[in-house]
Formats: sequence, C-alpha cells, structure tokens
Amino acid sequence: MSRGPGSFALRLLFIAALLGAWEWAVFYFQTPAYIVPAPSKIAYAMYNGIVTNLYVGHIGATISETLLGFVVGCALAFMLGTVVALSRTVEYYLYPIIIMFQAMPKVALVPLILVWFGLGLTSKVISAALVAFFPLMVNTIVGLHSADEDRVNLMRSLSASRWQIFRMLQLPNAMPYIFAGLEIAMIFALIGAIVAELISSERGLGMLMQSMSFTMDVAGQFSILFILSILGLILNGLVTLARRKVLFWDTSRDADASQQTSTSGEVL
Amino acid sequence: MNVQVDLTKPPLPGSVISVRHLSLKYGRGATGVLALSDISFSMADGEFIAVVGPSGCGKSTLLKVLAGLLPQTEGEVDLNGTPIRGPRRDIGVVFQTPVLFPWRTVLGNVMLPADVQGLDQEKMRRRALELIGMVGLGGFEQRYPRELSGGMQQRVGIVRALIHDPAILLMDEPFGALDAMTRENMNVELQRIWMERRKTVLFITHSTVEAVFLADRVIVLTPRPGKIGDEFSVELPRPRKLSVMNTEPFGAYVRRVRTALNPGGGGMD
Repeated sequence: MSRGPGSFALRLLFIAALLGAWEWAVFYFQTPAYIVPAPSKIAYAMYNGIVTNLYVGHIGATISETLLGFVVGCALAFMLGTVVALSRTVEYYLYPIIIMFQAMPKVALVPLILVWFGLGLTSKVISAALVAFFPLMVNTIVGLHSADEDRVNLMRSLSASRWQIFRMLQLPNAMPYIFAGLEIAMIFALIGAIVAELISSERGLGMLMQSMSFTMDVAGQFSILFILSILGLILNGLVTLARRKVLFWDTSRDADASQQTSTSGEVL
Repeated sequence: MNVQVDLTKPPLPGSVISVRHLSLKYGRGATGVLALSDISFSMADGEFIAVVGPSGCGKSTLLKVLAGLLPQTEGEVDLNGTPIRGPRRDIGVVFQTPVLFPWRTVLGNVMLPADVQGLDQEKMRRRALELIGMVGLGGFEQRYPRELSGGMQQRVGIVRALIHDPAILLMDEPFGALDAMTRENMNVELQRIWMERRKTVLFITHSTVEAVFLADRVIVLTPRPGKIGDEFSVELPRPRKLSVMNTEPFGAYVRRVRTALNPGGGGMD
C-alpha cells in the first residue's frame, strides 16, 4: 500500500503524534489513571508485566484455547458444510436450523457452555470452536456451490464421477471462499476464547483482564488490549500466509476475500 | 428450398453420428417449449459439419444432446452405431469459453480428460506435449491460464478436447468470445488442426462466414422451433486461405445461408 519511500516514516510519525496528543490530553484534563491512563503509564504497566513474567502463561493459555477451538470448529464446519452442499436432503432439513443458529449471537451460549463443561480448557475450546464454526461453514457451502456451470458440464461430458467432480473441480474452486472463511474463523476463535475467559476462567488473558478490572488497574487492561491486537494480527497472518501458498492461482485474491468476508455477515 | 435427402432410411454404414427425427422439448405439457423439431442428419468419418443459426435456434441444445448432457424428447442419436444415453468417453467438447481450471497449468488442463478417465499418464503426457506444440503453445506447458491471451486459452481448450482421442469433436461457438481478427486466425488454425488429425467435427456457430470457411457441409438451423432450413456441401478446395472469403463462390455460399435464415428477404419491407 505504500505510495512512496517516505510514506512509512510519515505513518509512524502520525501514530507518534496521536500518542503524543493522548499523553498531553490526559495531563491537561487531569484525567485520573483509573479512567483513561496516559500511554506512558500503559507502556510502564506493559514493561512491569513483562519483567515480572506476568503475561507469558496467560498468553500461552489463550493461544492454545484459540488454536484448538479453531481446528475443532473449522474441521466440523468443513465437514458439515460439505455434506450440506452435496446433499439436497441434508440441506433441506438442516437449513432452517442453520439459519436460526446463524442469527443467534453465539457468545450468548458461553455461560451455558461454562456450566456444562467447567472452568478449564474444554469450555474455552468449545466456546472458540462454536464462534469460529459458522463463518467457515457458510463459506464452504457457498464455495462448493459456486462451481461454474460450464466447468461442471465439461466434467460431466468427460463422464466424471460425482466424487471426481468434487475433488477435481468443486473443492479447488471453493478454496478462495474457504480461506476467506478461515481468516474470519481465526479471529472469531480468539473472540470466543476471550469471552469465555472473561466470564469465568482460571487462566488466560481474558481472566487476567477481569482480575485487573477488580483492582482498577486500567493501564494493565490497556496493555492486554494491545497484546490481544498483536495476537490477532499474528494469528490472522498465519492464515493469510497459508492462503498465499495454496491459492497462488487466485488472481482476484484480495478483492475476492474482502467480498466473501462481507457476504458471510456473521453474528458472533 | 428444401434439399431433402431421404432420412427415413437407417444410418449409412460408416457414419460416425446418426441423428434421426430428433426433437427436444423444455418443460412438459402445453407450457413446454419445443427447442428442436424433427432434426435428422448424419456425419461421415472425418467430416467437418458446421451448424449455423441465430441465437436461440437451439444450436447449443443440439450439441448438449450429442454430448449426452441433455436427454432428447423424441428420436434417436447414435454414435458409432450405439445410442447416446449420457456422457461418453469417446466425445470431446469445446465450449464457448475456454473453461480452463485456473489452478492447473496448461499441461495440467490438457491432461484433465486423461486424469478423469484414468488413462495411461506417461503416454497421455507425451501426447499432450505433442498437441500443445502443434497449436504453437510449446514453452507454455507450465504456465497458468491467467498468463495466456484469450486465443491461447481457447487453443488449450481445443487441445484438451483432443487428448483422449475422441471419435467426434463437438464445438459450441468456440471463437465467439474472441475479437474478429483473432477469430479469423483461429479459423485458419482450426482448419490446420483438423487437416492434420482428420477428426469428425460438429461446429456450432452463428457466423455464416465462419461456417462456410470451415465446413465440408453446412446445416442451417432456423429458430422456434429449431429445424433444418437448408443443408449443402461446400465445394471449396483445401487448405482454404482467408482470401477465399473474397471470392464469388464463397459469397454465393454465404448468400445461400442468409436466404435460408431469412426466407422473407430479411430486414423491413
């Protein structure tokens, strides 16, 4: 996106100016630190947290919940999406249920999941999987249905079996949709894990944030928000990296992905 | 105007395709639309037939029936003496667009029929490379479709239809999406491929010039419902050059097609 050699420096300068304005505003208006802390206070809290080794264990817990939830949710979403896309009967009976679940805010189920599966890792993984599930399932269905009619006719004219049409045409053709779904699912899995941690947990960044909230450590909470945003970028980057490898042939990659992202307008 | 051959008699021995009293109706009952009505013709081995007609005359429907993609309502269609009752491995189809798979290389696309039909990979690979060279795409084997021009892509589409050595090549307006100049070059190219391979070709087009230039025999289809309006042989020596289009005999054939398509003379009175 850079429009010239100087633009990256300008960008950094802009961010520095924003932080400076923030710092100045907190000082000028005498805002108490338990409402909005100055960036310097946040940086100090972050530094303290790092030297006292406060974050590492919690980051590890949140990452493992997110990744496990992502894998479980996506595996199930891909399988169910495939079955729905390939069988009209299954689609007919499941469609109303899918629509109902899709419209429901999935995070509202998290308190129930905690009751059913306890405060440990399992409930967090299920929560992450549940939230990650729908965007990928919807995109899998749409992607498998999107095979061009001429291409299907070509395969049929070669007397391809249904399995061959799926393997050689529908599945590769659906990959751009599936990867767009995976990118959303990764971020959604993080959301699912954090929400479950916020409600009730023994470990994790969400739990840490909740405990800081009790002690009015707002600077600490901001430092965790910053960590979460970095974490989200890294996790999303992993999927993007995988997509670049697999979808080297997809010329419309970025325009397409954003389009497909908007079509699977999801309720968390 | 009707040049009627006696089509009620059984197919000629040696004919690759034999179509007898073929009708096709979309939908059922009174609301059904008759797309093809009482079509009869046969194709000899190695013959190049062009079916020409306006949009909506049922040309593509005819091709889908021959490809086994659409069941006919009435009549019989035989390929090499056996009825066509579904897709068959001895048919090659070239569609209006190249219909390439963007995730396969040029070679991979040409090999698609071999992969689907489980043919000998090593043998087919050699054949694919030879065919790719024949259409002037040597050196592009490992490229992806997006790196090719429209004309090059359609050449890949044609070669793909030839790889499994089908008994007949069905072509559905394969050059319709190309610009006029590329299209003329592709016509010359197709004639060369055909003269080298001597495949039986059924070529669907809405261009009268293209039909006369390419075909041994032209079948004119008139619309609603699709019926054979005229049928004649084109007696022009091969290989034909583009300059043949400026000659008087060529013009006469084109006029004959136009007359069959517009019995009232065409245009406003």
